[in-house]
Amino acid sequence: MKTFGGPVLFLDRADINTDEIIPAKYLTEITKEDLKPYILEDLKLPGFDPKGPKTKAARVIVSRGNFGCGSSREHAPWVFEVNGITAVIAESFARIFRQNMFNCGMAAIELPKADLDQIFSHSNDDDAAMTLDIEAQTLTMSGGGKQKTFKFEISQFDKALVLAGGWVDYADKKY
Amino acid sequence: MGKTTAEKIFASHLVDEPFAGTKVLKLDVVMCHEITTPIAIADLMARGKDRVFSASNIKAVVDHVTPSKDTKTATQAKILRDWARRHNIKDFFDIGANGVCHALFPEKGFIRPGYTVIMGDSHTCTHGAFGAFAAGVGTTDLEVGILKGVCAFREPKTIRFNLNGTLPKGVYAKDAILHVIGLIGVNGATDRVMEFRGPVVDAMTMESRMTLCNMAIEAGGTSGICMPDMVTVDFLWPFIKDEYASKEAALAAFKEWCSDDDAVYDQVLNIDLSNLEPTITFGYKPDQVKPVSEIAGEAVDQVYIGSCTNGRLEDLRIAAQILKGKKIAPNVRGILSPATPHIYQEAMKEGLIDIFMDAGFCVTNPTCGACLGMSNGVLADGEVCASTTNRNFMGRMGKGGMVHLMSPATSAATAIEGKIADPRKYL
Repeated sequence: MKTFGGPVLFLDRADINTDEIIPAKYLTEITKEDLKPYILEDLKLPGFDPKGPKTKAARVIVSRGNFGCGSSREHAPWVFEVNGITAVIAESFARIFRQNMFNCGMAAIELPKADLDQIFSHSNDDDAAMTLDIEAQTLTMSGGGKQKTFKFEISQFDKALVLAGGWVDYADKKY
Repeated sequence: MGKTTAEKIFASHLVDEPFAGTKVLKLDVVMCHEITTPIAIADLMARGKDRVFSASNIKAVVDHVTPSKDTKTATQAKILRDWARRHNIKDFFDIGANGVCHALFPEKGFIRPGYTVIMGDSHTCTHGAFGAFAAGVGTTDLEVGILKGVCAFREPKTIRFNLNGTLPKGVYAKDAILHVIGLIGVNGATDRVMEFRGPVVDAMTMESRMTLCNMAIEAGGTSGICMPDMVTVDFLWPFIKDEYASKEAALAAFKEWCSDDDAVYDQVLNIDLSNLEPTITFGYKPDQVKPVSEIAGEAVDQVYIGSCTNGRLEDLRIAAQILKGKKIAPNVRGILSPATPHIYQEAMKEGLIDIFMDAGFCVTNPTCGACLGMSNGVLADGEVCASTTNRNFMGRMGKGGMVHLMSPATSAATAIEGKIADPRKYL
């Protein structure tokens, strides 16, 4: 069983792009770890502080539609990974970002707007946290004394990549 | 039931279907640049798999920051250079021969109809102009591509865009694609191939078709695709003349890749461009577009002509036609980056570089430079750039900077006036 989870960082806006997640000027770094301080540096969102405690504590990001649009830079999933964030939940993803997440053995989970609205209702709860079970395809949102479990769809291929730990190991064994 | 071009390419390149809806394809070309490839190389080395699936099907270029601007970018270039030497990758383009990847590789004749192409660069969709399936990927997909020559994709769905009518004077491929993105939105084609058809596309040069396909990713599209025709054959002829008895024979072979008349599309959109005005972006998303007349007069600090979208010879000719005999406004910095050394040389021979320099432009070497805020023309906080590039995200060309995307013609007119200007009065 592969599970992800922990404190949630809420980013309540559609079309959050890869330049906002990791600006191009840091693409000169050649190790993932060196990207760590620059997470979401250029994202302007009311109440959001890229260097704040909520960003540091986060293990899951929840956002809206078309998350990760723009550049092919895998530095975007990597900067999440080195900051301990291994899952992003959103209404939809840009193709390359979504695949990059699964290719790294992380999760990019799509949920319908109604489910996301319920999840966003926890955005002011200090104890907002989420647990994802990739095998069972469920995620449980908790906070403010409440808890609710949601089912999600994930392709068999993407699931296999997460369970294999990523595309390189999967492909090298198989092709 | 007929097939689309993408479906034909998928069927002919299928290596495996590990799960329903997931297709693992054999790759014809894997392209590499120095920003996203060095980490793939480092990871392959760390895994003890410093191999390549084919030295001849891999093409590499140093283009994003060149000449290197500091130790880090010099190291990135060195990792790519050393790797290319180690694996005998002959099609490696270093300083003196390097240009913007999506302009350089087509110019070398590397892309053919029916090919599968990946690169760790989102604008790889450009190469669909040749009737190829060309997609941008991340570093891990690139790494597997380098190692195994395969890549996995979801089953392709295609949106067909019939671009009808004829483009009016002063309106170009860039205006057409900005208009299309404005219609369908920045995620209007996510997980879809954007097939561009109709009389407007038929009348376009390969350069214009590349501009069209280049921005498919800005609508979320996996690839843009144009149907191969005699324009495609003419462009590729110097590279294929030994493979086909005649241009007609090449055309017949290429036509096999065209979508069938009874192909099934996810969606078909009919768009008449006969009354399209020069179109530009006004916000921080590529779908925030307006006719230039609605925004004309807004001041800019910099005009940038170049990039994989609009740094080709055709683009330089259009801009030079407007700039000839004129000076750019004193409040504006004009930057021209011809996209490849060949384009640069041809532009010199035609006198275009003189026109740009006489007008007051700074002419830089071919590089991706300012487009993504990495080198050669980064903006200061609060500055505004009129640009022929493809992406206008907040801070794209430098933190706090604002970018308006537009055609080379609109950029040239804007440079002259020092504020956003309609190019039609200069034509």
